[in-house]
Amino acid sequence: MPEHDVLIIGAGLAGQRAALAAAEAGANVAIMSKVHPVRSHSVAAAGGINAAISVDDDWHSHAYDTVKGSDFLGDQDAIEVMCSEAPAEVMHLEHIGVTFHRNDKGEMDLRAFGGASMKRTAYVADITGQALLHVLYEQLMKHHETVARYEEWFTTSLLRDEEGRCAGAVARDVRTGRMEAFTAKNVILACGGAGQAYKPTTNGLIVTGDGIAMAYRAGAPLMDMEMVQYHPTCLVETGILITEGARGEGAHLLNANGERFMEKSAPNKMELASRDVVSRAEQIEINEGRGVGPDGAGIYLDVTVVPRKRTLEALREIVNLGKDFAGVDITREPIMIRPGQHYIMGGVKTDIEGRTPIEGLYAAGEVACVSVHGGNRLGANSLLDTLIFGRRSGEHAAARAASMPMPKADAHAQLREDSERLESIISRSRDGRRVSEIKNELGETMNRHAAVFRDEAGLQGALETIDRLKEETEKAWIDDHGTVFNQDVLGALELGYMVDCAQATLVGALERKESRGAQFRTDYPERNDAEWLKHIDISLDADGVPQVSYSPVTITQWQPEERKY
Amino acid sequence: MAEVHDRPPEQFTLRMRRYDPESGGAPYWDEHTIELEPHRSVLEGILQARDRFDGSIGIRCSCRQAICGSCGIRVNGEPALACHTHLDAARRGSGEDGVIEIEPMGNMPVIKDLIVDMDAVHWKKIQRVTPWLLAKQPVPEREYIVSKESMVDVTQTMGCIQCGACVSDCLAMEVDPGFIGPAALAKAYRFVGDPRDDQQFERLNDLAQDPQGIFDCTHCFKCVEACPKDVNPMGQIMRLRRIAIGDHHIVDKNNGERHEAAFTGLIRDNGILWEAELIPRSYGGASWFGKFAPAAGKELLSSLPTAIRGLLRRKMTLAGILKPHKIPSPDLKAVQAIYDKVEGRSERYELNLYIVGEDETDTSLGDPVAVGVTHEPGGSEATPSSGAEVTDTPTDTREPREG
Repeated sequence: MPEHDVLIIGAGLAGQRAALAAAEAGANVAIMSKVHPVRSHSVAAAGGINAAISVDDDWHSHAYDTVKGSDFLGDQDAIEVMCSEAPAEVMHLEHIGVTFHRNDKGEMDLRAFGGASMKRTAYVADITGQALLHVLYEQLMKHHETVARYEEWFTTSLLRDEEGRCAGAVARDVRTGRMEAFTAKNVILACGGAGQAYKPTTNGLIVTGDGIAMAYRAGAPLMDMEMVQYHPTCLVETGILITEGARGEGAHLLNANGERFMEKSAPNKMELASRDVVSRAEQIEINEGRGVGPDGAGIYLDVTVVPRKRTLEALREIVNLGKDFAGVDITREPIMIRPGQHYIMGGVKTDIEGRTPIEGLYAAGEVACVSVHGGNRLGANSLLDTLIFGRRSGEHAAARAASMPMPKADAHAQLREDSERLESIISRSRDGRRVSEIKNELGETMNRHAAVFRDEAGLQGALETIDRLKEETEKAWIDDHGTVFNQDVLGALELGYMVDCAQATLVGALERKESRGAQFRTDYPERNDAEWLKHIDISLDADGVPQVSYSPVTITQWQPEERKY
Repeated sequence: MAEVHDRPPEQFTLRMRRYDPESGGAPYWDEHTIELEPHRSVLEGILQARDRFDGSIGIRCSCRQAICGSCGIRVNGEPALACHTHLDAARRGSGEDGVIEIEPMGNMPVIKDLIVDMDAVHWKKIQRVTPWLLAKQPVPEREYIVSKESMVDVTQTMGCIQCGACVSDCLAMEVDPGFIGPAALAKAYRFVGDPRDDQQFERLNDLAQDPQGIFDCTHCFKCVEACPKDVNPMGQIMRLRRIAIGDHHIVDKNNGERHEAAFTGLIRDNGILWEAELIPRSYGGASWFGKFAPAAGKELLSSLPTAIRGLLRRKMTLAGILKPHKIPSPDLKAVQAIYDKVEGRSERYELNLYIVGEDETDTSLGDPVAVGVTHEPGGSEATPSSGAEVTDTPTDTREPREG
């Protein structure tokens, strides 16, 4: 049975950064991912990474923008850590090879981004996430002797020892179907969000809430799960993302009358208000009949106002996306977009070292909720979040590992249980529904009722649907009875993970009877600091029923104020 | 706008190459008919078949937008990303029956259905090229100060999503599986072209001396066609050669450098290639004695059967082989003038068509010049090109891929 000081589950930016940090600290490290690391969804982050590296900038300004962007739900101690450590982290990335775009002086160039008070976003064309991910993977290849890589291994559950501490994980080698238990002094979850619980979503098919659900089932509380970001610019049909960098470079949003409607809701920042504000403004235009397209369900994003050469150089990827996925040359004509599910601010509750309340279990990146994003994440803060808290988790876990023996857990019992669970799915008779059918209904339900605008009746109805889908998931059947690359059975497990995440989101959204950040309740349209300036934590009780509790928001230097852009 | 997207769903038939390693059986063909709008992707088609008819269809996929690089397959025999190939384009590129043929990529062992073993081939080759930055020391406190053009330039190869499409159809690799190959060599350029890297010479020398390195490429352009991200792997390989030869004067033991010199020298002297002289010169340079280099003789002997067949079939004549090929003198002078002009430049001009375009108001429109970085002979730093900045070629004229 493999043993490691630090076992990292998920190999996107947070996971890879954690692995490198832990290895550098001298720990025996392994990183495990259900896909090859460079396929991780961090690869799709386009626009850039925020850091106050300009001589005119100050991390306090970045922190304030982040606090304001979070609608004052973000924990300010965590935000201070993230923003103050950002410049050094970005410089480190530059030093290990990220090909950041330069200005004419040869220094790193910065672009404007939503909700930021100045140009603060370092970028690599519009493939920033890809460039970061691939450069970190270069480093993993460089350190191949000190970091073990389990690529294409699917984690089925977390191991606990008798004291309830996390002691490793059970996983399935996707390629051979072999189940294996991994003992570890520390486990760092870094396996992303749960966007596939929505349909459509900008997120890849692999983003299925595995880590959130595994931690939740192991007893860790989830926090801010009601806060689900809808990105303002997604292709109407497929939900594919058009980077905020487009608006950062100056693109306009237009309604059917050709008006820049952002004037109404954000007269100063216009298109570069924070994402919740822009998505809501778009949805209002659509709902009130000023949308564009055949059924009025879209908004025009007009990139033609950006100089063409600049578009081709700095927004190259979306020029191609427009052409390939919408048949539109964005340098010549506007493209139709709409808000689409993009990011989950909530996740497994952690402190600023990435620790969850379960000893030995850490979480970093979208899977976690520190909370630096609160009610709404600013664009280009997610890459930063993954790297800062990935690194901190890796360092902390390595230090903890140095002072403790290898834990003893009954790995074989868990291994047997998980193996049997998979076998039972594989051998299920065709009484229930197909996994794909349930997944579709889940996604459509969430997109209808837990989207930009929400209300009690819709959320309540959705919760009942989810309860039914949860039962159906227990009986869902699959076609593949093999062991080699049985993606079908993994899909059934993923569906279970997503249903759990969706349920937590709905419980949180119902609980929060106010409008803040990404949560807009039409039945409670105002922000209510007196009652709701607090986090909603959700845990599973012994019977598997979600229980709600609250935790305070940490405020250090910025008192809540009215939010205007 | 975008009328193509108002078309209603149509039926498409997908014929998939399936392989179940556990069955003990051979690969087989499996057909499914799906219904989607014609501009939707082949991946969406495969996923519909998987969701509705057969959940056991194996394919790696995630992002659906050509950035994660998971879904490299062959469509109608050509390498492609499934998510980046429109159904209607794939049908146009199919056979008479209009059935879209889907297979796993080539040059890599198949694990199951459309899933190939990239570790065994692709990633092993990537690991071969020392794929990490060997940074110049000392590391600055802030960022390295490097030219904007150099970072834009290496971003082209940074843009590689490691999908394996180029590896799938690399003809040189089919003949020589040990060839480092297009993706890994493009990755190598990402460091060779990076002014922050300290080991340009060492990297190039390594890749030039390796018999399966930069001189193993046969310029077939397959990888250029296959790449869904315009990385232009072959172009990067040629740039590695030019920097190795032009800047570092690396003379490799594979005769790659001399072979290129023989080519260019023959054209300069004769205006046209003289094949009979190519091998001797590749080994012995322009010197008469070079013709007796033992290696040249060996190579010549091994080409004899081809030469004899050519003679027998009257593709060539003995006189034609032995008599120098030459073009008329005024034309030859014109060819040589091109050499003088190009070689007379103090900087070598590197063609990089990755990021090009023009502002609508740009006055240089009538004077198309390729943009790129220039390399000063012997220097590794890329410097901004003087004058010429843009061309009128749009960045990407690619149609939805025809399979």
